[in-house]
Amino acid sequence: MAERKGMEVSIAIAEAASACDVDCIAAYPITPQTHVVEHLSEIVADGDLDAEFIPVESEHAAMSCCCGCAAAGARTFTATASQGLALMHEILFIAANLRLPMVMVVANRSLSGPISIWNDHSDVMTERDVGWIQVFAENGQEAVDLVIMGHRMSEDKRILLPLMVNFDGFILSHMVEPIEMPTREEVKRFLPDYEPQQRLDIDNPITMGPVGMPVVYTEAKMAAEWAVRDAYKPMVEIMGEFEKEFGRKYKPVETYRTDDSEILFVVMGGISETAMTWVDKVRDAGVKVGLVRFRMWRPLPVEDFKKAIAGVKVLGVLDRHFSPGGPGGPMAQEIKYMLYGQDHAPKIVETVVGLGGRDVNFIDFDQIFDRCKAVLGGAPVPPFELIQVRGGHYGKA
Amino acid sequence: MPKQSPAPDWQDLALGTAITEPGSSRYQRTGDWHSSAPVWDLDKCIKCGVCAVFCPEGCIAMRADGYPEADMEYCKGCAICVCECWAACIAMVEEKE
Ligand code: SF4
Ligand code: SF4
Repeated sequence: MAERKGMEVSIAIAEAASACDVDCIAAYPITPQTHVVEHLSEIVADGDLDAEFIPVESEHAAMSCCCGCAAAGARTFTATASQGLALMHEILFIAANLRLPMVMVVANRSLSGPISIWNDHSDVMTERDVGWIQVFAENGQEAVDLVIMGHRMSEDKRILLPLMVNFDGFILSHMVEPIEMPTREEVKRFLPDYEPQQRLDIDNPITMGPVGMPVVYTEAKMAAEWAVRDAYKPMVEIMGEFEKEFGRKYKPVETYRTDDSEILFVVMGGISETAMTWVDKVRDAGVKVGLVRFRMWRPLPVEDFKKAIAGVKVLGVLDRHFSPGGPGGPMAQEIKYMLYGQDHAPKIVETVVGLGGRDVNFIDFDQIFDRCKAVLGGAPVPPFELIQVRGGHYGKA
Repeated sequence: MPKQSPAPDWQDLALGTAITEPGSSRYQRTGDWHSSAPVWDLDKCIKCGVCAVFCPEGCIAMRADGYPEADMEYCKGCAICVCECWAACIAMVEEKE
């Protein structure tokens, strides 16, 4: 077993991509992802990784180059955040619908205006519909593991889709953590050489990305829908194989101290670590509360989620993004979709927290928990609420 | 005859909707969106070939007898041939079905 070493998470992610022996990296630096690509370019320049590093002029070009690399049959890696992900937007659909395997880490950051380099989930949540596999890391070790698993999943013949590993900007990207970094040899045992199913090849010419006339577009979209849905089973299988090889267990929906809970919190990403500490504190005081976290976001692990929350009376959902003038936070919307019309569905207390780098601490958890307790006691379910806001979401009290 | 069905079920699409057979575009009959068709009055035609030169689809061929003929499987019904003909011998006729 590899030893644990203190490392900045961004550096660890770059090392993980290097351990995966990627062939092509096309990336543009953007805060807070910069250290990932900076370190990868160093690794390549030092001759420690035999890969093509393409220093592009924008994220639009980065994703376009990645499509070209993947289409040529190269193991492809990139990283971005926030405005960079937004600039990639149109190409993200193409990568998915052309079924081009690649791994992209996203150091989740808020979108401008006002300009903000700090963490929330507005970048990834506005890219839910692009047809990529999307997973979330809660700490540096998980980000490293998900990059390694990500390549294996993305390249699996039953999946063949681009995969996005989300990890929180600054909160994780700039954190120094003890990381167990698998060696290239260990990774190779788990992640065999990439054999593309279909690639650009002069001897066997094919056309990738042709026009889809109305007669075929609907069918192409159906194929994309099932490509992502069908990724679920092989992804779970690969998580199991990763555990066998490296001893760390991953599940589509992670739970923490949910036994006998009438109230569960639902979170995603790095906030989980604070939430677990808070749960410990409250549990130790004799209150039954637990935590559910989405590891897998696309495909949406509907059955795992329903199982995780079975029998619970109230869910406190903590979103990190919302749609102005719309139905609130994305996680809460999707949870409602999963539970609508079900008998004994829990009541949902929707909150939005931690926007643009605002800390989420025990006081916030306590406040949300009080709302959940009120609803459990029979109070009406409050409308979705952006807490932590001076002036109050619905006016001054 | 088209080898691949032009309207496959989603399960039968190639990975990523790729086209796996080179040159398969020749099976695509692209003229199905014209709503009117050029009709020639060959009695007036002087066999100059201008219509064939100007047809943006290149779908007018000069026959062995020297007269032009449009391939309606590719004609888009743009009426450029009608405008360009010196002898005014082409007219657009609306197609009913
Ligand atoms: S109508 Fe247009 S496309 Fe058709 S034959 Fe004339 S010029 Fe060509
Ligand atoms: S342009 Fe008119 S006259 Fe000349 S070949 Fe065509 S139809 Fe005949």
